[in-house]
Amino acid sequence: MSERVAIEVRDLRIETRAGAAIVEGVDLAVERGSILGLVGESGSGKSTLALGLLGYCQAGLRIARGAVHVDGTDLLALTDAQVRSHRGRDIAYVPQDPQTALSPAQRIGEQIHRILRRHAPERDTPETVALVLQRVGLPADRDFVRRFPHQLSGGQQQRVAIAMAIACEPAVVVFDEPTTGLDVVTQARILDEIRRLSGESDVAMIYVSHDLAVVAEIADRVAVMYGGRFLEEGATADVLQRPLHPYTAGLIDAIPDHRRFAMPRGVPGVAVAVGERPAGCIFEARCALRVPNCAVEEPSLDVVLPGRAVRCFEWERTPPLARPERVEPALAGDAEPLLRIEALSAGYSAGGSTRLVLRDIDLTVARGRSVALVGESGSGKTTLARCIIGLHPPASGAIRLGGEDLAPRARQRSLDARRRIQLVFQNPYDSLNPRQPVGRQTAWPARRLRGLSSTDADGETLRLLDLLRLPARVAQRYPHELSGGERQRVAIARALAAAPDVLVCDEITSALDVSVQAAVLELLAELRSALGLSMLFISHDLGVVAAVADDVLVLDRGEICEAGPARDVLTAPSAEYTRQLVEAAPALEGSDGGGAS
Amino acid sequence: MAEALRSSDGERQPNPFIRFLWRRLAVGVVLAVVVSVVIFAATDLLPGDAAQAILGKTATPEAVEALRVQLGLDRPAVQRYGEWLGGIAQGDLGDSLSTRGPVTEAISGRVVNSLILAGLAALIMIPLSLAIGAYAGTRPGRPGDLVASGTSLVFIAVPEFVTAAFLILILAIGADLLPPVSIVAPGTSPLATPAILVLPVLTLLLASLAHNVRMVRAGVIETMHSPYVQMARLNGLSEREVVFRHGLRNALPPAVQVIALNLQWLIGGIVIVEFVFQYPGVGQLLTQAVALRDIPLVQALAILIAVLYIVINIVTDLLVVLLVPRLRTAGAS
Ligand code: SF4
Repeated sequence: MSERVAIEVRDLRIETRAGAAIVEGVDLAVERGSILGLVGESGSGKSTLALGLLGYCQAGLRIARGAVHVDGTDLLALTDAQVRSHRGRDIAYVPQDPQTALSPAQRIGEQIHRILRRHAPERDTPETVALVLQRVGLPADRDFVRRFPHQLSGGQQQRVAIAMAIACEPAVVVFDEPTTGLDVVTQARILDEIRRLSGESDVAMIYVSHDLAVVAEIADRVAVMYGGRFLEEGATADVLQRPLHPYTAGLIDAIPDHRRFAMPRGVPGVAVAVGERPAGCIFEARCALRVPNCAVEEPSLDVVLPGRAVRCFEWERTPPLARPERVEPALAGDAEPLLRIEALSAGYSAGGSTRLVLRDIDLTVARGRSVALVGESGSGKTTLARCIIGLHPPASGAIRLGGEDLAPRARQRSLDARRRIQLVFQNPYDSLNPRQPVGRQTAWPARRLRGLSSTDADGETLRLLDLLRLPARVAQRYPHELSGGERQRVAIARALAAAPDVLVCDEITSALDVSVQAAVLELLAELRSALGLSMLFISHDLGVVAAVADDVLVLDRGEICEAGPARDVLTAPSAEYTRQLVEAAPALEGSDGGGAS
Repeated sequence: MAEALRSSDGERQPNPFIRFLWRRLAVGVVLAVVVSVVIFAATDLLPGDAAQAILGKTATPEAVEALRVQLGLDRPAVQRYGEWLGGIAQGDLGDSLSTRGPVTEAISGRVVNSLILAGLAALIMIPLSLAIGAYAGTRPGRPGDLVASGTSLVFIAVPEFVTAAFLILILAIGADLLPPVSIVAPGTSPLATPAILVLPVLTLLLASLAHNVRMVRAGVIETMHSPYVQMARLNGLSEREVVFRHGLRNALPPAVQVIALNLQWLIGGIVIVEFVFQYPGVGQLLTQAVALRDIPLVQALAILIAVLYIVINIVTDLLVVLLVPRLRTAGAS
């Protein structure tokens, strides 16, 4: 590599105080003007690595070994005070959540000034601040620089964070999941902006994300992290087309894609925990290709093809990507309507007046069908879910179940009506009782709503756990002892324990890693055909919708702007809003590794 | 702060801060009126009769009746309350029964004395608690923090009259450095002999400081773990700037609320401290007035203290609003 290399990392190891590695043996180099994507699921060590690139560790961690050369200087060989003078000047960081990372009590102009004053006092002028804001597509008038972070939208906040990062014209910028938490349209705009900055400012960028589809849109090269190590590295397009590591292949297969109606496939097993990392290959426990040697010896990251490195003994056997077409469940074309929502409006009252968040919603879920309700946060989709299960009385309109009108509040409904509609919440951390073994929680709906005896309910619990591919011993566990995916499956089991007719799923996979999400989606598809379940699937993720839904309704600020069969809506959207969503949603297919803007 | 009042939103629409200020003041006035009713009712209506209370159980009914007329107690309570309130509005708090002079005269010197005491304590307490709290909060678990938090725990556990007794024992009687009582000659200011102020101020300080330090410390620990502090460090800002502009600055709003609570406590604490040190302030006057059944004086002092509480509350709310931009601006986007 040449002097174009802006950051070079050698053999970096970051460990806990107890000595367990979070990041191990990482080597990387990024040239000016190019973007390296770092992809990993939760627990892969990607955020720790991102901070480590600035010579920074969170409390309880330490950099144990290695070198981080930024523009020729090894940050790890410097004193604290010296490293500080490089941070923000030669290497800058864009945080995951600008809403909490921008100081709430300082005007945004002031925050940019402070960085300039610290690192480039000669350029600390209002003109520089205005210029920097313009470069990230923000207005630079006096009114804007005097705003506080809370007066900006999420997208604007993230642009301010990027402006702060590029203010001193650093050699390297590290982005740590900068678009997580933004809606897809805003995300697409921010990605455009980053790509444009990379093109025009000769800076090396490292883009950390859990989302391979996002990285595919922006990065020139990509490194896949798992268990603190790089498992594979190569040019983005090559890696996506022909992954060499079985984990990469599994990850790609797990990503739902709204441009292709393929069924995502989960990677079996759960990610290794810190401190439980095995002696041999880090991926051994979940790998389908493993050979006896894998458990004893750790493979090294070797360049096996030009520009391609992989950490696997058996990489030649990694199967090519094969996405099975989604199996369409056999449907009667004229299935009887089960859940009907007619002209429903709902809102929240504030100071005497009611602000409607849902207007005139009509929706039908026929028996055995899966209907997806798509919308960004703030579209009112969660309110609708709450109306359906009787947690939020609508302002007007009707909810019918099998021809029978449902009362607005759950406690006015009959036990049987309550049993027939079950909701699975977005976050299983919140919806499961932390102080009860999960078996008790899944048995409860069976006893209360179906009137089963306690022995029968326990039997039912075991049957459901098995159905959701959870071992029976999970019944005795408390929620905190389970992984995120296990918890969400327990939450689904609890809903199924009521033997419902309709399952309402509110963003149930959005808190999960893709490989786990895929497993849950697969499971839901199986449950549908096995139990003849009808589903109302609420999601913002078009890929997920493409994987599960027969019909799609698109919710735009409280109103349904488009409805129809999933294939039609997602491939040929008619409403302008849907078109924007479909275009903005990142996808592996159809992206070109990031040149276009 | 003045600059903050002219925030950019103010030019276009009624400044939310000004609106908040008016609303808060109005609530304060209503509250003061309600409190005055309670005070008037409690001292004037409930315990039988003021004239009876003044003359004692042995007084003849004729003497009581005569005093009732003299005090105007024969007129309806509502009318008397109206007169009392009207008097207050004009700065006339009535006549004291014990001094036979205007209440305002009896209390004005005392009020100044008490304000000196409480003011000095507050003046030292506020910056000191911020400084110690920030010091401890930026190094949790390290020796400096352990000393600061450990000491403050001790003082929280000990009531102020015990602290006062200890201080007198050690500094006044044992070491003979300071006078054990703080008597001020009538007509002179306590500031003329600063030595007598040391022990009472120290007592008030020790009792209120500790609580503040702990709250400031907790707030600073929290903000120092916040993403924006991490971000400030990743931007390479100096540790000084990180601690002051980000850590301490954002820990201020909750700290202000705790400090205000402690100021209010200070008013209560002053009654005890003035009694212990025989310092001629409002607290001592209040205990005397109760003992002498000087009802107009008790009423005046009670309403004064209540208004002070309300004012502290309003000032605190305003400060918090000024310190939290999200509260003082309308959310434009
Ligand atoms: S080294 Fe072995 S266990 Fe590891 S990924 Fe390759 S085949 Fe699987």
